[in-house]
Amino acid sequence: MSEAYFRVESGALRSEENFLSLDDILMSHEKIPVRTEIPIPRLGAFFPERSGGADTDNTIPQGSKLELPLWLAKGLFDHKRRILSVELPKIYQEGWRTVFSADANVVDLHKMGPHFYGFGSQLLHFDSPENPDISQSLLQTFIGRFRRIMDSSQNAYNEDTSALVAKLDEMERGLFQTGQRGLNDFQCWEKGQASQITASSLVQNYRKRKFPDLDH
Amino acid sequence: MFCNRAMEMVRELQRAPQGQLLAFNEDGLRQILEEMKNLYEQNQSDVNEAKSGGRSDLIPTIKFRHCSLLRNRRCTIAYLYDRLLRIRALRWEYGSVLPNVLRFHMSAEEIEWFNHYKKSLATYMRSLGGDEGLDITQDMKPPKSLYIEVRCLKDFGEFEVDDGTPVLLKKNSQHFLPRWKCEQLIRQGVLEHILW
Repeated sequence: MSEAYFRVESGALRSEENFLSLDDILMSHEKIPVRTEIPIPRLGAFFPERSGGADTDNTIPQGSKLELPLWLAKGLFDHKRRILSVELPKIYQEGWRTVFSADANVVDLHKMGPHFYGFGSQLLHFDSPENPDISQSLLQTFIGRFRRIMDSSQNAYNEDTSALVAKLDEMERGLFQTGQRGLNDFQCWEKGQASQITASSLVQNYRKRKFPDLDH
Repeated sequence: MFCNRAMEMVRELQRAPQGQLLAFNEDGLRQILEEMKNLYEQNQSDVNEAKSGGRSDLIPTIKFRHCSLLRNRRCTIAYLYDRLLRIRALRWEYGSVLPNVLRFHMSAEEIEWFNHYKKSLATYMRSLGGDEGLDITQDMKPPKSLYIEVRCLKDFGEFEVDDGTPVLLKKNSQHFLPRWKCEQLIRQGVLEHILW
């Protein structure tokens, strides 16, 4: 309950990622399909199937389709699309949006790129004409799934929750854990243990992991 | 170019169970800085060529590498900052004296930071509550009584109570001790707080 480590929160659901957030860094590492709008010399070595080869100065030709990490796509993108243009990944396109609107609960969002909501929110930076539909879809999908997450996190006490979180994306898992923490704190209070001073879980973790000489 | 080393370090930190401090990855940091140096030098040379040789087609290439540099920088700073957050948590959860094992996991600069933080905290605590100061790292949960019952979880040795009486903390012995003396030992896992 009195854990002193407070990590930097993710900002991905807002307009910009948090620079220092490890979650956001991991999220923006996921790949997005792009198309080059001009030739890019000397970087062909990194995309061997697309490269023009040594006699073109290892240029990646105009019109190549590449998979770049989100951070790179964001950095190179501008509204005039001078260097590259961005395609929507399948799960944010119309086909999947229809699936989500039918029943959001059955989808395995962890498999669909574990940062479904974060990545989807940052996708809106690329000025796709489908942006309003994408944002609606993200919101409605979350609304559809939230009830089950809240319910299961508040009722799974002292049991193996891996089946419950398997199909949740990272943001939903965070919510689930928050719910579990609340549940555990409440149970602790009900049992009258709220005032019991406990060993810091940080210390217990260090003990468990091969630090036998921690007993000074 | 794709900051793989930096990402490995971020992942490693992300995977560490809640707030645990891992060994400082000196090697990884060095490799990232080397990657950044290479990118920077390639960009310098391409910028010169673009300016004097009229090769403006190199501009997207330069931008590409620049994004990579920024990304490496972001990952490194986030890595270092998150470690500082964990080290700060150690002061609150463990106390002001860290066991050697943990000290070996910290770089020299981190140890220096920890000492500065300790001092700042101590100065602040002394400034509270009039002349005596106030130890805000105590009473993390609202106290219900002055004295508490504790059981010893491991042999700790002699322990002196306020009036000078020594108490022998042997494994499984039980004692009735003042709360403020025991709190830190309980948090460190030496004693166990027993409720009736």
